[in-house]
Amino acid sequence: MAGPGGDMQWCFSQVKGAIDDDVAEADIISTVEFNHTGELLATGDKGGRVVIFQQEIENKNLPQFRSEYNVYSTFQSHEPEFDYLKSLEIEEKINKIRWLPQKNAAQFLLSTNDKTIKLWKISERDKRPEGYNLKEEDGRYKDPNSITSLRVPVLIPMDLMVEASPRRVFANAHTYHINSISVNSDEETYLSADDLRINLWNLEITDRSFNIVDIKPANMEELTEVITAAEFHPHQCNTFVYSSSKGTIRLCDMRASALCDKQSKLFEEPEDPSNRSFFSEIISSISDVKFSHNGRYMMTRDYLSVKIWDLNMESRPVETYQVHEYLRSKLCSLYENDCIFDKFECCWNGNDTVVMTGSYNNFFRMFDRGQRRDVTLEASRENSKPMQVLKPRKVCAGGKRKKDEISVDSLDFNKKILHTAWHPQDNIIAVATTNNLYIFQDKVN
Amino acid sequence: MSEEVEATRTAEEKQEMEDTVISPEKAEEAKLKARYPNLAAKPGGSDLLRKRLQKGPKYFDSGDYNMAKAKMKNKQLPSAPTEKTEITGGHIPTPQDLPQRKTSIVASKLAG
Repeated sequence: MAGPGGDMQWCFSQVKGAIDDDVAEADIISTVEFNHTGELLATGDKGGRVVIFQQEIENKNLPQFRSEYNVYSTFQSHEPEFDYLKSLEIEEKINKIRWLPQKNAAQFLLSTNDKTIKLWKISERDKRPEGYNLKEEDGRYKDPNSITSLRVPVLIPMDLMVEASPRRVFANAHTYHINSISVNSDEETYLSADDLRINLWNLEITDRSFNIVDIKPANMEELTEVITAAEFHPHQCNTFVYSSSKGTIRLCDMRASALCDKQSKLFEEPEDPSNRSFFSEIISSISDVKFSHNGRYMMTRDYLSVKIWDLNMESRPVETYQVHEYLRSKLCSLYENDCIFDKFECCWNGNDTVVMTGSYNNFFRMFDRGQRRDVTLEASRENSKPMQVLKPRKVCAGGKRKKDEISVDSLDFNKKILHTAWHPQDNIIAVATTNNLYIFQDKVN
Repeated sequence: MSEEVEATRTAEEKQEMEDTVISPEKAEEAKLKARYPNLAAKPGGSDLLRKRLQKGPKYFDSGDYNMAKAKMKNKQLPSAPTEKTEITGGHIPTPQDLPQRKTSIVASKLAG
């Protein structure tokens, strides 16, 4: 990504996870999220576990600054459950993690599986009390008759202990599978969305939630689309969007009515009916929707492209970026192996100038909106020497394959990068392959 | 008159060529239809969505299971398919069909 404004050269920083190829299903990473300062990086996996990494920020001012993320806390967020009424297993896979903005010494995050959202408190303990009057140091109770004087217990330093405790459990509000959670800018409420409904919660109240969108038809035979993602506007606490499997995005204003079934805005790109094929609707399904940090744009990811929408223009996106257009002539096989249903996420950089999304073969793509440049990079153990600069990759769609290019038929469709995250301020990115987490940073940073 | 016919034919051929040249999607669709002639015309329809809404393995209902077992006592059961298939609504799962439930919960390898 060269340019007069400055090169962005991505270097390998760290990789987390097992090296062996035999991947246990529980280790499959299902979500990655930086907190609001970027100091913490959380991952969720199919086994219901959350691992939080913390950035070492000592040497931030040195020119050769190399940020290192080390394990800060890990806990079992969700466990497998069984719905006896429907004879269905409820997976413990963490679908999404969202951080709350920090208000005090502790950190809070929301994690959700298909049915239940949990609020976790992550707090540090680095002191312990010593000198109790009634207890010995090992915890045994003293004989009260042996106590002749009183003392005040003192707090002495101890090795840092990070504790995660579930503070709220928001359960039983979703009949279908939760795909999104989003914390409101009011820092009091959040939404959770499943295939057909969106609920509004107060972070303090777990026994009630308010239904704000319901697209379930009276007759399920008439079902034509499902909700695929939802997010609150970053600044306007009354506004949220939700995307559908038909490629549309609806923006809703909670001030308009209690039930926001009627959207305030409908974002849909007109389609040329003559181009319509069996696959059209499937590949138009939006797998992720993200507001820009400045709140003026939103980005959507469908199977083959990333689109940027201006919130003031519903008729069509303002920018469209092709992620892997060469797959258009492979849709038949991608339908047969179910890859066509893969849900890729997308993310913005801190100042909304670059967007990133994943692809197959452990490739991921970045699109520089201002400089109109894009690059394909690879997350691989082969490029994992410290500070090794990532070389741009190129896929050869057909015809003569140049040296260093990879042909479409050689792509490994089992190596998919579905989840990526960008540090809110710096050029540090977290890229999740199936079971490994890669951290890359810009050389200049 | 023959000139007009020729002109129309060329236009048709041109349209056909355009179709296959311009739309790789349509070519892929044709491939799919050739492999699966019984595929429903409308892919995004309720069948696909309903399959999506019901994701997750379905375990047996002991009532259904015992009823089915009683029925099957009378006829010879065809051997169950050996490949991993989805347990759909019509099929009553047997204990052999069920994937093993996970046992112990281990620490994540990311934290190792």
